Amino acid sequence: MKYLKFLLVGIFFGIVLVKSEAVSWYRIYEMFRFQSFHMYGIIGTAIASGILFLQISKRGTIKSLKGADIFVPKKEKGFSRYIIGGTLFGFGWALIGACPGPMYILLGTGVYSMVIVIAAAILGTYIYGAIKDKLPH
Amino acid sequence: MEYILNAWSWYISGPLIAVVMALLLYFGKTFGMSSNLRTMCSIMGAGKTTSFFKFNWKDQIWNLIVVLGAIIGGFIATQYLSNDSLTDLNPTTITELQNMGFENSGATLVPNEMYSMEALTSPKGLLLLVLGGLLVGFGTRYAGGCTSGHAITGLSSLQRPSLIAVIGFFIGGLIMTNFILPLIF
Repeated sequence: MKYLKFLLVGIFFGIVLVKSEAVSWYRIYEMFRFQSFHMYGIIGTAIASGILFLQISKRGTIKSLKGADIFVPKKEKGFSRYIIGGTLFGFGWALIGACPGPMYILLGTGVYSMVIVIAAAILGTYIYGAIKDKLPH
Repeated sequence: MEYILNAWSWYISGPLIAVVMALLLYFGKTFGMSSNLRTMCSIMGAGKTTSFFKFNWKDQIWNLIVVLGAIIGGFIATQYLSNDSLTDLNPTTITELQNMGFENSGATLVPNEMYSMEALTSPKGLLLLVLGGLLVGFGTRYAGGCTSGHAITGLSSLQRPSLIAVIGFFIGGLIMTNFILPLIF
């Protein structure tokens, strides 16, 4: 029962990303060709709303379900990992037109070949874990 | 009802994605979809050989439930909340893609040229999906997050590392779409 709320959030997330067309390969292509404002609008308004929410919650007016402060973990400092890792991720994102959330959502819409992409992504994650100490961070 | 069945505008969708982030923070968790890939490595026993995967994955079950929900959400949205309207793409985009051999742009969410069962049976088609998946999985863990973790959560909380990562996402995406995709297709 304690997991039900997470299931509902996931369902909501899946519906929003399909209805917004953010899971569309074509929308990602269009974004990287600067031929449409659509994806920039989605990402931009998501961040703007997110900033607003976090700024308000910072004032202590919004508490978590358990009454604690709303908390976003701090990312580690660094540069190399973010720029190199980010660029590699960008290659994949633009090629398959899906990032980790949409991969699963698209599977739900009936794109069954996405199983291959997900399996490869798990393998890619494993490869990172195996060689991470040899990479610049 | 027509408003729901048609595609949703960006200014409705963006704030709704922020609602997902806000709800997860309200539940005491963080919005980040790529960490599930690490969890799945751990479940499959990767922790036995690599310390990076040695963590208590049971603490991450909630996030796997979010994934399960996302799959169900994708199903519900396409089965019950959609009409057959095409994605309203820029005509230039459609012409460009046509020249690269992509037919019926916008009729489906992903191109049949890459995702159909026929495409899968060709070595090139299979290779592209595997390569794309590897890059996404490797890159996202190297960068410590994906679009939800860095672009939405990280930028919303004004974190510098996320800004660098998102700049990386765009460098990679721009190079792939503008220079590499035309070579592949």
